[in-house]
Amino acid sequence: MDRILRAEQISKSYSDKQVLDEISFTLNRGELVSLLGVSGVGKTTLFNILSGISIPDGGNVFINRAEEGAPEEWTQITGVPGELSYMLQKDLLLPHKTILNNVILPLRLKGIKTKEAEEKAEALFAKFGLKGTEKKYPSQLSGGMKQRAALLRTYLCGNKVVLLDEPFSALDTITRSSMQEWFLEVSEELKLSTVFITHDIDEAILISDRVYLLTGTPGKITKEIEITNPKPRNQAFTMTEDFIGYKKEIRKSLFVDQVAFS
Amino acid sequence: MKKSRGWKEKFIPIIAILAFLLIWQMVCFFHWVPGYMLPSPVDVVKALVNDFPLLMHHAGVTLLEALLGLVIGVLLGFVTAAIMDAFPVVKSALNPILVLTQTIPPVAIAPLLILWFSYGITPKIILVVLVSFFPMAVGLLEGFQSVDPDMLKLLKSMNANRWQIFWEVKFPAALGTFFAGLRIAVSYSVVGAVIAEWLGGFIGLGVYMTRVKKSLSYDKMFAVIFLVSALSLLLMELVKVLQHAVMPWEYKKEK
Repeated sequence: MDRILRAEQISKSYSDKQVLDEISFTLNRGELVSLLGVSGVGKTTLFNILSGISIPDGGNVFINRAEEGAPEEWTQITGVPGELSYMLQKDLLLPHKTILNNVILPLRLKGIKTKEAEEKAEALFAKFGLKGTEKKYPSQLSGGMKQRAALLRTYLCGNKVVLLDEPFSALDTITRSSMQEWFLEVSEELKLSTVFITHDIDEAILISDRVYLLTGTPGKITKEIEITNPKPRNQAFTMTEDFIGYKKEIRKSLFVDQVAFS
Repeated sequence: MKKSRGWKEKFIPIIAILAFLLIWQMVCFFHWVPGYMLPSPVDVVKALVNDFPLLMHHAGVTLLEALLGLVIGVLLGFVTAAIMDAFPVVKSALNPILVLTQTIPPVAIAPLLILWFSYGITPKIILVVLVSFFPMAVGLLEGFQSVDPDMLKLLKSMNANRWQIFWEVKFPAALGTFFAGLRIAVSYSVVGAVIAEWLGGFIGLGVYMTRVKKSLSYDKMFAVIFLVSALSLLLMELVKVLQHAVMPWEYKKEK
């Protein structure tokens, strides 16, 4: 397995307050890595830096431009937007555009002709469970469907790495569970390489190949846990001994100062 | 239940207006107010019908002034709002001036405009531009700035340029406040044109108004007042129809 994204010693401060402290991690091709931490630990700041819309005080981001199996070709993309596909926490669909026109936006921004973009997108509607919503407006869709549309738009950005910032956190528990299972299938099928932000321990264990724990102020990566169970997984996995084991390990690290969880 | 409520919402105002007209008619019929001071609604309608061709002749000119001024005011408002949105320095510089110009009553500048631009159509159009420009500029600027900062972040992460962000996100986001501003600007524009005509001119509803005032034809004065408000209402309705056509997503909400 070759590496596709590398973050090296990324630090960031906002007006004298340090938010991130020398964050380093790697993402392998086809892998899903979670950054797990409480709210306010700087996860979103890190994503803004990875996506190039914010510049770190120190450290760099590199992407491997080589195809699978070829020797790695690292390019520095610190502060360069448009290199990674970024999905923010909210669906951020434009209310004045139909779902089809929303999802082809990244293609049109790149100057691809509308017709060509539509054809490319329409072929994916079924895979994303959005068949029949092409001509609808976002206000006509449920929360889960809107997240699917936002994911399709993110996928159509067409970059090698996908950044997902708590994409399912606004959904109700039942919808979230089915979305997680669906996402596991789709990301396997499309061979996505994903960095996933979450504050939900169960979600991180269920979907990830590896979990990085982000703790403290300023935020620091304090632990890396590999989830070795085979994929795709489903909700049944959350009832297994293995799952509980991972959960205990993560809780212990996250609540290291709290006696109740030791 | 819901149906009857819709029915009520539609008909209560109509009944209220009819009741108002009825009371007015009674006041005149029983001579509670002398007839030469307050014409009855029936008299007003008669005056309206008798003078209809003449009124239409004047109304055409007033509408032309209002619409030309409105178009220029909207375009100027759009450009100003776009520049203020793009450059915060311009925004801070222009904001107080814009507010200040709005404290000057149109009646006060109209004579000045007539002195400068004579009795033709030009001073009327300029006054309409002045009164319609402000609601448009304010409405559009508010709309441009109402965009979720996260939306801008997303577009930046897609490497969109300023121009693309403006046309894909900011402009559509401003359409709601644009139409709200346009509804105000439309009614201002008719009133603005009439005021300018009052103070000097050869043709237009304002000119007609000053003439019938001099001849103390109260019924005709009321007729022209009705016509002016009817024109404003009509134009405001047109804006609504236009909004429906331009913003279909606003009217397609379902569960």
